[in-house]
Amino acid sequence: MPDLSFSSFVKKALARREATLTVLLVVLLVPISIRSPQFLSAKNISTILNDMAILSIVAIGEFYVILSNGIDLSVGSIIAFTGMATGMINEANPTVSPLLLLLAGMGIGMVMGLFNGVLVAYGKIPPIITTLGTVNIYRGLTFLLSGGTWVTAHEMSKSYIDFPRNSFLGISNLLWIALLVIAVFYYFSRYTRTGREVYAIGGNPTAAKFVGVNESRVRVVVFLISGTLCGLAGALWTARYASAVNEMATGFEMQAVAACVLGGVNFAGGSGGIIGVVLGTLFLGVVTNALPVIYLSVFWQTFVQGLIILIALTLNTMSDQRKTKKLLAQRRG
Amino acid sequence: MAEKRDLVAKSRLIDEMSLKNRLIEYFTQWEVLLSIIIVVVFVFFTIRTPYFLDWFNLMNATFQFSEKAIMALPMIFIIMCGDIDISIASIIALCAYVVGNAAQSGASIPSLIFLALLVGTLAGLFNGVMITALEMPAIAVTLATQSVFRGIAIGLLGDQARTEFPENFGFFGQQFIPGTIIPFEFVLYLVLVLLFAFILHKTTYGRRLYAIGNSAEAARFSGIKVKTMRIINFTVTGFFCGLTSILLASRILSVRSNIATGWDLEIITLVVLGGVAITGGKGSVYGVFIGSMLVGYLKFGMGLLKFSGTLMTIVIGLLLITAVLLPRLLDMYKANRKLRLQQMSRN
Repeated sequence: MPDLSFSSFVKKALARREATLTVLLVVLLVPISIRSPQFLSAKNISTILNDMAILSIVAIGEFYVILSNGIDLSVGSIIAFTGMATGMINEANPTVSPLLLLLAGMGIGMVMGLFNGVLVAYGKIPPIITTLGTVNIYRGLTFLLSGGTWVTAHEMSKSYIDFPRNSFLGISNLLWIALLVIAVFYYFSRYTRTGREVYAIGGNPTAAKFVGVNESRVRVVVFLISGTLCGLAGALWTARYASAVNEMATGFEMQAVAACVLGGVNFAGGSGGIIGVVLGTLFLGVVTNALPVIYLSVFWQTFVQGLIILIALTLNTMSDQRKTKKLLAQRRG
Repeated sequence: MAEKRDLVAKSRLIDEMSLKNRLIEYFTQWEVLLSIIIVVVFVFFTIRTPYFLDWFNLMNATFQFSEKAIMALPMIFIIMCGDIDISIASIIALCAYVVGNAAQSGASIPSLIFLALLVGTLAGLFNGVMITALEMPAIAVTLATQSVFRGIAIGLLGDQARTEFPENFGFFGQQFIPGTIIPFEFVLYLVLVLLFAFILHKTTYGRRLYAIGNSAEAARFSGIKVKTMRIINFTVTGFFCGLTSILLASRILSVRSNIATGWDLEIITLVVLGGVAITGGKGSVYGVFIGSMLVGYLKFGMGLLKFSGTLMTIVIGLLLITAVLLPRLLDMYKANRKLRLQQMSRN
């Protein structure tokens, strides 16, 4: 007989990763806002959300790759190449609409992701090696494309630079795009066949193949998604920071992976969800923004982020292992 | 019937002994291919520039890659067991910070070395224990500790630099073996290559590493202390991070918090390029040695020809992908050949 009591409902809800993260986020916000009431002001919240918008887009792409039991280390380099490309297109044709530039970024990113995916799926090169190679190749291509120079704010059109900041219904375009991406991929991973196939391949590739999932296709798709979203992020990055430099987004892959780990995505593949990833990104954003509030120098940011990831990882693993033990005990009992 | 079986066995024997087959077997080994590639690279640069094949230049160039090549050696053990460590550059940064700080407050050279090795070893031990105690994936744990270790260096050092070192501290990373043109760093590297090759290829410990990489489960059932050995791998790697931090700090005599950034991926590239399978259980110290020399001298030669650093990045990325793709294609070719030979002998 199912247990319908309130306490069991709370227990079940808390067992969900998303709930735990939300509670943690609130627990974190209470002392911070007591210490500095303006932390929860509309202005500061919108700053945090806008700061995290690009990361959330990239983290969703990374999520699919990790979900399929892979890893994409090339996201930072794809962002750099597409950001540089859109910046240069904008410099050459100032009249091009920002939306077209976003599409261009996505198109270029898609090709780069496709290259990763084909090497992984058909070349049978492990994802970590493939993207370890392409992180160098794409970064090198960025330098070749730009000839080592930068695209600066005054070389870009005003409409492009203003695009992420302009707001519609009080929410910036940047945030709208992030919300759209979140919505689309929430639907994709829950209600489409391909979305479910990624879970299947990540969870148990052999079983997935037996029920007719095309493994190679899924592996190409996840890298395609990651590349396309990085392309989008690159085009937005250049506009938001009003410059395209060769070193942009170096090391961004680590932040994207960190957001996924915080969001409870299992490194062994097959489990995790979009909402978790988004909450993980937010968590990272709040912590980063809160450091000055607790009078910790920004120099400690890297350390605090690393520590949080380590703790999240430990808690994830421990709760997974407890679940497994419980299941085993149930089966025996 | 028996006669026929005899004949088949005989023909197979002859077939296996035939010179052509043995040559094909030999030249499709990754280590041999790498050796051929490095010879080609040397010949190419020698033809293109008169400054390449010069003993002094060749020896001097080793300053640019000895430290990374040294780090690739303990990394072989980690990758051999199917693990990975992407926190090594951060451990090096942390050790370098400790060294720089202690040097500023007047510590002697032996105590600097001791401190670096101690901090590195502890950091590596921490990685190993975290990974094995809860069975967490090495890549996730070292991703986190990458930020933790470098974070400590950044937090304590901020945007400052440590540039005061004892007299003669520059010996480890800048000087030559007295009376020769061979850098101390490079000699140290060669000695370590021999040491690691001995451990991996001539001791039980080395064979056990291969066993773990092929199947940790099977290794455990055959009585190998898998967890302990994996912890030892990470600890040893931490120890060598400490050693490398001494060489690096001694070479550039300046410690900033961004020291050795990006080395993780470069060092893993050396190991994989050297033919160590990322899934574990396959590879050799010789391959990694040749791979490290190849990358080092490729960079040196391209620098002489005034190629931009960019192009080198691309070439190394392509090399890495080819390094993994090519043996796979070769394996497929070999398997096809074997199949054909079997069919032929059956007919």
